[in-house]
Amino acid sequence: MQVPLSAYLILSAYLFLVGVVGVATRRNALIIFMSIELMLNAVNLTFLAFARFLNSMDGQVIVFFVMVVAAAEVAVGLAIIIAIYRNRETVDVAELNLLKW
Amino acid sequence: MEILLFAGFATVAAVSGLLVVIQRQAVYSALYLVITMGALAGLYILLEGHFIWIIQIIVYAGAIMVLFLFVIMLLDLRREEVMWARRDRGQILLAAILSLVLLAQMVLALGRSYLPAAKAPAALAEGFGTTQTVGRLLFTDYLFPFEVTSVILLVAMVGAMVLAKKQFK
Amino acid sequence: MLETLVVIFVKIAVVMGALLLAVAYMTWLERKVIADLQVRIGPDRVGPFGLLQPIADGIKLILKEDLIPGHVDRVVYLLAPSLAIIPALIAFAVIPFGDTTTLFGLLGAPVPLRITDIDVGVLFVFGVSSLGVYGIVLAGWASNNKYSLLGGLRSSAQMISYELAMGLSVVGVILLAGSLSLVDIVRAQEGAAWLLGIIPIPNWFAFSQPLGLALFFTCALAETNRAPFDLPEAETELVAGFHTEYSSMKFAMFFMAEYAHMITASAMATTLFLGGWLGPVGPSPVWFLGKVFVLLFVFIWVRATLPRFRYDQLMQFGWKRLLPLGFLNLAYSALLVWWWG
Repeated sequence: MQVPLSAYLILSAYLFLVGVVGVATRRNALIIFMSIELMLNAVNLTFLAFARFLNSMDGQVIVFFVMVVAAAEVAVGLAIIIAIYRNRETVDVAELNLLKW
Repeated sequence: MEILLFAGFATVAAVSGLLVVIQRQAVYSALYLVITMGALAGLYILLEGHFIWIIQIIVYAGAIMVLFLFVIMLLDLRREEVMWARRDRGQILLAAILSLVLLAQMVLALGRSYLPAAKAPAALAEGFGTTQTVGRLLFTDYLFPFEVTSVILLVAMVGAMVLAKKQFK
Repeated sequence: MLETLVVIFVKIAVVMGALLLAVAYMTWLERKVIADLQVRIGPDRVGPFGLLQPIADGIKLILKEDLIPGHVDRVVYLLAPSLAIIPALIAFAVIPFGDTTTLFGLLGAPVPLRITDIDVGVLFVFGVSSLGVYGIVLAGWASNNKYSLLGGLRSSAQMISYELAMGLSVVGVILLAGSLSLVDIVRAQEGAAWLLGIIPIPNWFAFSQPLGLALFFTCALAETNRAPFDLPEAETELVAGFHTEYSSMKFAMFFMAEYAHMITASAMATTLFLGGWLGPVGPSPVWFLGKVFVLLFVFIWVRATLPRFRYDQLMQFGWKRLLPLGFLNLAYSALLVWWWG
């Protein structure tokens, strides 16, 4: 008996939603960022599961590109967080309210 | 055997994934995220990702998370004193309820076996998921995106250096 | 199925035991060799030639008071030393020690002298050593002490900077061998070319990739925080770096981790550049161990000879000198492969 596709997809959906809850709930910018990474990983799992079950290498190549882009995004995002911390002494997103009405 | 491995890796990934978002200390969140990525790498092996799993370890667990830890330690973030503030309670409750609803919907939708792929997984091509296959695809069909990613990395490097540079007045 | 499991467990036990013993005796070797280079006698009281010195040191460290300072983050503080040593040991899961053996006819079928061989062996070792950074970074942070934190961050920044050049130096070897599997890479170095018809030169990648070997070795020195790149743990700077607050066995584990990393790096260099277990005549593990021993001797030799780099010089060296050299090596290797077909 092999592991069915739905098992992978459900795990991936669960991880994605945990990430969404993290983004919507937490105030610490770094934890929000980590939740975004969790979402990206969940999507990678979905791509790989479909690649395996449909015998298509495209899924694996896309995962490779997702990882590269995630690395670039993390670098820039963390630099932004550092710059914000230098200016406002905080990483609490509730305090970053200059653009609020 | 495969089912046992899947169950093990999936449980670890699910539990540590949840623990990522409910920690008070950012360092613990980062460490749990590393564990999640390790468990996912194990799942990738089960999905015949013979190249992708080690790339996941090297790039995500070995580089990106180290970068996270650096920033957390440099900014010296202590325990988050107020995790779920009073005025945010409504938003948090709404987020949790809607996520649970969405999760239930997805489980119902994905759990059904009407997906054609689920009925009979296609037989795999020779060398599926090996380094040679991924490499060949990257240099033939996906050559343009490959070159574009190198530009993306360059841009990210320059951007990060400029943003994080100390401003000398 | 059961028989293969038993064989694998025996192999793991033998390799881990030998490795931990080797790590302990590296301390003795280092002290003796440095003493020799400094024209003095190293430890020679405890047992013949001081050979029981590591055991005496081990007993001392175990019996020392195991102090956990009150202000540290307990979980991470206790976790960090293990995180430092485990990756160095795990990397040995894919390194081949020799060809097949039948243990002088005791075993039925010939057993390959490696724990396993995966098709991405080189990447596995690099992935696992990039995980070794965690032990140091977390030790620096958990100690709740700004000197430790700075020492830890510096040390790990150094390690990840040199990981890049290290990876690049190996790409030439991978191009020439055509595979990421360590066993395939060793097999690609079989045979010899005959110089002037009488002198055999083995087909090792050290001869077709000298720049690669030099780069790999230099980066290995920096990766393992060895002199001349050992500023983050030098005693005269930053108190003692990231392991200031550690005592007794946990402190010992950091040193064991460093030596284990050294042995892993030497084993990798042997496999990738010096032909692994290949030798003209005799049992293959002897050749492998001999080559690893030579490289470890060079590690110690370099420590006794060269002065320390300052931290900014160290980072500049890695990014501005070694990385371009790595790219040069890559271009050269690609030309080599293209020309020889």
